[in-house]
Amino acid sequence: MADTLTKDLPAIPTTPPELVRQPLILNRRPLGWISDKISEVAEGKTPKWWWALFVPSFLIMVVCFSMVLYLMSTGVGVWGLMIPVGWAWDITNFVFWIGIGHAGTLISAILFLLRQRWRTSINRAAEAMTIFAVICAGLFPLIHIGRIWLGWWLLPLPNANSVWPQFRSPLLWDVFAVSTYFTVSLLFWYMGLIPDLATMRDRAKNKIRQILYGLFSLGWTGSNRHWSNYEKAYLLLAGLSTPLVLSVHSIVSFDFAISQLPGWHTTIFPPYFVAGAIFSGFGMVLSLMIPMRSLCHLEEIITVRHVELMGKVVLATGSIVGYAYAMEFFIAWYSGNPYERFVFMHNRAADPFILGPLWGIEPAPYWWAYWTMISCNVVCPQLFWFKKVRTNLLFVFIISIFVNIGMWFERFVIIVTSLHRDYMPSNWAYFSPTWVDIWQFIGTFGLFLTCFLLFMRFLPAIAISEVKGVVPQADPHHPLGGAKGGH
Amino acid sequence: MADLTVKYGLLAEYETTADILHAAAKVRDAGYRRWDVYTPFPVHGMDDAMGLKKSQVGWFTFCCGATGLTLGYLMIWWMNASDYAIEVGGKPLFSPIFGFPVAYECTILLGAFGSLGGMLLLNRLPRWYHPLFTSERFKRVTHDKFFIAVEASDPRFNDTETRKLLEEAGSRHIEEVRD
Repeated sequence: MADTLTKDLPAIPTTPPELVRQPLILNRRPLGWISDKISEVAEGKTPKWWWALFVPSFLIMVVCFSMVLYLMSTGVGVWGLMIPVGWAWDITNFVFWIGIGHAGTLISAILFLLRQRWRTSINRAAEAMTIFAVICAGLFPLIHIGRIWLGWWLLPLPNANSVWPQFRSPLLWDVFAVSTYFTVSLLFWYMGLIPDLATMRDRAKNKIRQILYGLFSLGWTGSNRHWSNYEKAYLLLAGLSTPLVLSVHSIVSFDFAISQLPGWHTTIFPPYFVAGAIFSGFGMVLSLMIPMRSLCHLEEIITVRHVELMGKVVLATGSIVGYAYAMEFFIAWYSGNPYERFVFMHNRAADPFILGPLWGIEPAPYWWAYWTMISCNVVCPQLFWFKKVRTNLLFVFIISIFVNIGMWFERFVIIVTSLHRDYMPSNWAYFSPTWVDIWQFIGTFGLFLTCFLLFMRFLPAIAISEVKGVVPQADPHHPLGGAKGGH
Repeated sequence: MADLTVKYGLLAEYETTADILHAAAKVRDAGYRRWDVYTPFPVHGMDDAMGLKKSQVGWFTFCCGATGLTLGYLMIWWMNASDYAIEVGGKPLFSPIFGFPVAYECTILLGAFGSLGGMLLLNRLPRWYHPLFTSERFKRVTHDKFFIAVEASDPRFNDTETRKLLEEAGSRHIEEVRD
């Protein structure tokens, strides 16, 4: 009987090899291996490489706070900014760091809503990166106000003048956006950590670890009644973080777009800033993850495929950024506004070799900054069209560093080149940073890396329970999950 | 010394997600009420296998978010239009348009606290002590093992019957947990 039924049917096609997806975790590792491998990074003897990175990072962090102290005790004159360049490295660094933060939330929230299961291997570290980047970012607006001890006037708190903050100012929107972003990212990160802290608690070999991990895991048991609420809350937080991440960088761009300054007063700024933020954030994620996966031996969890996928995101957002640069330039010309045109041609693009002579104008004082930005952000990521480049980790690492450099220059170009020559030629000036500017910026890398290294050493750097959820053993209908015939 | 502990229930250990899913469906069908499944990660389809209702966390998020939006707008109106009116360039003292970014951020902020707080509240967490923590084998629940615990307080609980049910469902290790 069975013979007659199948005889006339065509052969069932099998999946062609090029369509078989590479597994997210290589080598069919068992569930226990995943927690062993990930927790290992935060257990046992501190490796030498960790100290070799931590000590210099810590010293640079000390430099960062020394610069803050010097600034507080002396005044903002220690920085190179002046009139007309009233914002310079401070706000450049602020936007640079806050942009980096956006990748973490994109990976944890947007990729979660889009059901991109590969996010599980990188979301924890990317979220941690977000939090530390926002800390670095938040430092700059706070110290740039000059009298730092009056920073609390930014908050809606009653003060002796009885004046409240002015809610029509985008600068105040920024205060709310950045502080909300920091708080929500922290909540999201902590919530994701709860089940993994319970894993660390149950593995703890000594009392102190047991107590500390136990305290912060809030008595998590892995109960399915709990998981049910947990997953719903996670989904809701992802749903809240998605519009949040888009709003934060839009509001940061309002700091510029709502002013009347040529070069800033542009409607393309919000989407352009958001794309740039994701671009720079993925650049930083790659710069951190590629060394991390080798140093912590996590190659089977953060696979080449993960790196490749991130490379594709960098390519996509880098191309959007390139489009935004072109459109900004086009609109400056198309608007017919001579001041807009002046900023783009005379302040930014006119280099001394090709465009300057071609247009018959003097080279722009900051032409080198503009063209560094273009080559790092627009040209460099285009190499990711090639699979050979996307899967070569050294190449990806180098390109990610260029992306970071390029995105710093983008903010520098937007801020300084627009400000330094505005409507009145008698007002024009050339900005150069002082040594305090430079060390303040370098110092934040110390702060960032110190936080990140401490995170790697004491917390599970990869979301253990989430990674377990995407391996075949987790699927009750997969043979590796124990499914027998009939499913 | 007399044993002052009371029986908490039976703890059955399972090896794979398929085993635990089928075992949970059996316990559900047997009509137990005070029982739970413990897994290292959320197992897909387990809520149905246990017969759980949809999670109520969304209400907390919604109520907190709505409170955030209202409070945000009230704050802006009261501070800039009522308590100390600030004239800027002849613009209106209050408008939902300029108030939106801040009120929106307040919505997200309170909504996020609502989600996390609602989750913790519904789960009765933090609760640092749990009778199951006395079991040495239960430590692997966050590692690679799957468990079902049926509480002795369940009206249908019967030491031999329940043990038989859990065994038939495929458990190779069942222990009694005392509180």
